[in-house]
Amino acid sequence: MTEVALAAQAQPRRRRRRGSLQAILATTPMIIAAVGVFVICILFSIFWSMTNSKLFPNFNFIGLTQYQRLWGTDRWIVSVQNVLVFGSISLIVGLVFGYLLAVFMDQRIRQEDLFRSIFLYPFAMSLVVTGLVWQWMYDPNLGIQSAVRSLGWTGFTFAPLIHESTALYGVIVGGVWNGVGVTMAILLAGLRGVDGEIWKAAKVDGIPTWRTYLFIALPMMRGAIATAFVLQLTGVVRVFDIVVAMTGGGPGFSTQVPALYVIQHLTDRVNVGQGMAAATMMLAPVMLLIVLRGLFVMRAESRAKRGAK
Amino acid sequence: MKKFIPAVALLAAAFAGSTAVRAADVEVAHWWTSGGEQAAVSVFANEFDALGGDKWIDGAIAGGEASRSATLQRILGGNPPGAAQFNPGRQYEELIANGQLLDLTDLATKENWAGLIRPQSISEACLVDGHWWCVPVNIHSWNWAWASIPAFKAAGVELPTSFADFLEKAPKLKAAGITPFAIGGESWQISGAFGVVQTSMLGLEKREQILKGKDVALAAAEMPAVFTKWREFKQYTDEGSANRNWNDTTNLVITGKAAMQIMGDWARGEFAVAGQKAGVDYACLALPIEAPTVSTGGDIFLFPKNSDPAVEAAQLKMASMMITPRVQALFNNAKGSMPVRDDVDMSLADDCMKKGLEIIKDEKNIAVDAGRWLSNDTTGQMNDLAAKFWADDSMTVEDAVAQYVDILKNAD
Repeated sequence: MTEVALAAQAQPRRRRRRGSLQAILATTPMIIAAVGVFVICILFSIFWSMTNSKLFPNFNFIGLTQYQRLWGTDRWIVSVQNVLVFGSISLIVGLVFGYLLAVFMDQRIRQEDLFRSIFLYPFAMSLVVTGLVWQWMYDPNLGIQSAVRSLGWTGFTFAPLIHESTALYGVIVGGVWNGVGVTMAILLAGLRGVDGEIWKAAKVDGIPTWRTYLFIALPMMRGAIATAFVLQLTGVVRVFDIVVAMTGGGPGFSTQVPALYVIQHLTDRVNVGQGMAAATMMLAPVMLLIVLRGLFVMRAESRAKRGAK
Repeated sequence: MKKFIPAVALLAAAFAGSTAVRAADVEVAHWWTSGGEQAAVSVFANEFDALGGDKWIDGAIAGGEASRSATLQRILGGNPPGAAQFNPGRQYEELIANGQLLDLTDLATKENWAGLIRPQSISEACLVDGHWWCVPVNIHSWNWAWASIPAFKAAGVELPTSFADFLEKAPKLKAAGITPFAIGGESWQISGAFGVVQTSMLGLEKREQILKGKDVALAAAEMPAVFTKWREFKQYTDEGSANRNWNDTTNLVITGKAAMQIMGDWARGEFAVAGQKAGVDYACLALPIEAPTVSTGGDIFLFPKNSDPAVEAAQLKMASMMITPRVQALFNNAKGSMPVRDDVDMSLADDCMKKGLEIIKDEKNIAVDAGRWLSNDTTGQMNDLAAKFWADDSMTVEDAVAQYVDILKNAD
């Protein structure tokens, strides 16, 4: 009797151990990749950012000189400002338009599948293609401006990419156009996930539909919004290809972004040290977020422990 | 047919005998993608394939920056292309210093490159410390302006006799509905044209003192006038110039929509492809118009070291082919550039190239390409500055000069 009980006790323990072994085996490649690719490479990047490496990385330590040059360079400062403007505007506009489109799709319209495909279609295109198409549309001699002028409105001007002050907004429109369909799809899924009973209850209470969308449905789909937000945010940090295709960073350097600066210095300008310094600066805000989140989690945990006592 | 090819290859191998090195594919990285450039690079490809055995594998990547970056990354990654195009100068100095390139000295000595290639400043780009590390294939001069003769006729003005004269005539061209000054808004185009204006205003000696000698005081004294003059050109450009390719810009001159473009002589290839004739449809003005010069830009091919002896043999064969008089004549005629040797049959050369060849005879007319003196990093900073100054009307000349001096001071 006791033996049976022991065996019964031992079995799940053994199974658990085997399970954890499998888990370790399965995650080892990922761990190696994460440590090897991310941690070690990041450490090397930071290290080389303090050297005067040109084409070949070297170990000539020169302190923070590369960072001094970086922050003394107009182009880098404009790049940082641009990514902030680009990021905040395209995040807000993307989410607002994405939600409006999702609400529109939610009206039991006919041909919903067709519309959904149309709205999602831009995302299937690479940002380079998107950028080129928008560049042509914006081109004063080929695009919208010349088309409208040929219809008779000869004073019509619409060419955002040729002026320093407007070029960035031209790029933002292209980027939002590319990404808004995905936001719509995610938010639409979120909307469909809201319980039908809630709609009925809201109707019974006489709450207007728009208020239901804004104040009842929206707060209930936090998960979908967070997903859409994070997806867009990653797109913002690595924004590169659409700028290359649309403006090449110009006119002047009004549409430069940090990624462009990094890549150009690592490659054609053969100044690895400077490129690595810029890359390290790009990493800084991400690291800050991770540290802040870590602190936040730790505090929440310690508070939970204290609460349990 | 498919079965036939291997059979022929086998036969050929049998005839070649067992001592012959087997044929190799040589991947060639370059950035020649426009119409005229395609025609030129095909000369190399066809001539190389015609030598038999080895094959030219085309590795074109649009844009010089992108192509050079790809080559450098591939060399660093241990998977280099068989041959790669660069501009003569400091772009590949670290590859030489690190022993990444095939030493061509034996071949060069055998074929007497040092004696054939002229002017000397062209061979200096490849002949470093007594060793040959690359093959110069052409001489490209930035110091040209391309003018549309019909456009000037339509506006009722003569071709310009100087930059000042051009700026005087520009309003008339503009009134006639023609864009007086065509330029593409990419930073290298702006910076290149700016450099030509700089050469015209300062003369070769002062230019060399500034760019080679890094004479900061001279730059501070002389550059304000250059920046001021350069800004005058901007009012005569068209709206579509932002981010326009150089060849699309040249096309405006070809079609007579624009009057003049400052661009290196690779533009000549575009006129040729469009079937235009120098002196009838377009005029090539060597700059400065008052005292024409030729700058020693151009292209070189370098050959990254390869462990495969078959590839190495093919690389040497390709290097030798590129510099033969026949290939030099065919290639440079298609490209719009000048051959690197004198003993070339130039009966096919058009008026523009003859003009250039005349100018280059005198060593005094040679403007050494700034890329010999400045690293890519410094050149890049100057490109940034030129583009910024061009686009931003609120940037003052003093500010631009201060930045220019700063770049020069920190140049390595």
